[in-house]
Amino acid sequence: MKVSIPTPLRSYTEGAKQAEAIGSTLDELLSDLDRRHPGLRFRVVDEQGRLRQHMRIFVNRDIEDDLQRPIGDGDEVVLMQALSGG
Amino acid sequence: MSTESSVTVLVGTRKGLFLATSDDRRSWSVSDPHFLGHVIQHAVVDPRDGRRLLVATNTGHLGPTVFRSDDMGQTWAEASKPPAFRTGERLERSLDKVFWLSPGHADQPNVWYAGGVPQGLFRSDDGGDVWEPVDGWNDHENWEKWAEHPYQGTPDGAMLHSVNIDPRDPDHLYIGLSGGGIFESTDGGADWRPLNAGVEAEFLPEPDAEYGHDPHCVRLHPAQPDRMYQQNHCGFYVIDRPADKWERVGRNMPDDVGDIGFPVELHPRHPDTAWVFPMDGSDVWPRTSPDGRPAVFVTHDRGASWTRQDNGLPERAWYTVKRQAMTTDAADPVGVYFGTTSGELWASGDEGASWACVASHLPEIYSVEVTSSSAS
Repeated sequence: MKVSIPTPLRSYTEGAKQAEAIGSTLDELLSDLDRRHPGLRFRVVDEQGRLRQHMRIFVNRDIEDDLQRPIGDGDEVVLMQALSGG
Repeated sequence: MSTESSVTVLVGTRKGLFLATSDDRRSWSVSDPHFLGHVIQHAVVDPRDGRRLLVATNTGHLGPTVFRSDDMGQTWAEASKPPAFRTGERLERSLDKVFWLSPGHADQPNVWYAGGVPQGLFRSDDGGDVWEPVDGWNDHENWEKWAEHPYQGTPDGAMLHSVNIDPRDPDHLYIGLSGGGIFESTDGGADWRPLNAGVEAEFLPEPDAEYGHDPHCVRLHPAQPDRMYQQNHCGFYVIDRPADKWERVGRNMPDDVGDIGFPVELHPRHPDTAWVFPMDGSDVWPRTSPDGRPAVFVTHDRGASWTRQDNGLPERAWYTVKRQAMTTDAADPVGVYFGTTSGELWASGDEGASWACVASHLPEIYSVEVTSSSAS
């Protein structure tokens, strides 16, 4: 499936706004993204498997923080940075 | 003997990395930002090869990482395994910032250490590509007592900084915790003990606490490795090992200035010479220069006496110089540099006797380091 990539992570996807990845859960999807674009996952998920404080994942436009959530081919997955900073 | 020096000053800021270069330490050029928008906690060139540059960075959103360059920033490579705590560990710690970088011992040319927020210690054996936790520190049986965790008092998080390596022995290490104190290892980081006797901690209920102090910056003298200086939240100290009690020589500073500050920097060849940048630690701790009158102070006699150095600095200003934001080069006379929270980079090519503003209007400066090549 295609995953939408926010601007802070596009240095890992050669500027692409969307990246291809496979997985049956969000966790697997992020791990596959990292295999294809090394380093991306750790900027989004910490070493204990928790989504970083200022990152968000939307599945079918609903916010999702459970990385074990099952996903399928028809799902829309969007990585996004939270509204924060300055 | 005077030497002409080509120097590059690495300026880590809240919004990117800038490189200021000069062939004579009088005229300067400042680069466009590298990593624009990224928080640069520390940027250090390896003095062992004069070439490898490591940068500790994060952004407001993304997790921490380390980049490296062997061509002074023309190209960058990210660590394939950045510093991180072990997955699944008991305390479930995750690294929020890579705060400090220190090149390892001269006999271990690819070793680097990194200090973090929370107060973890990490090591790379391959020049900064793959990082592993130093388990002897991170999993020490007293870590939860010595470190600030999970509550962290410092506004930007409790950090591990000032990784100092004894040039006579790569297994002899010192680290600083803000807060927590100074700790020493003589076995390469497998075990640690506090080294805080004599240091005041007016914020602790126990006047002679073994740990819990707040060193802001600790420097070991490379030519006299038993000598260390410490700029602490509660004064300025010196120690000559094997003594295990620090002396508060900052008491010799003028009363209207005091001995509170963040950085301390050393003369590369004269162990009795050190520079500090005093700040106001009264009332609610403004952390600006006392009375808003910026000045560097230098001692040439191990802190017994101090000389004010403000020639060229503004008469009044209200900025702070953070713990990594001051440094010295190796030239003769020594160059001294500092960066301010208001985004100014200041340089002295005459050991602090006079100052010139190298750059202004930069983002808030977090770190200032220098690399130089000298020709007689």
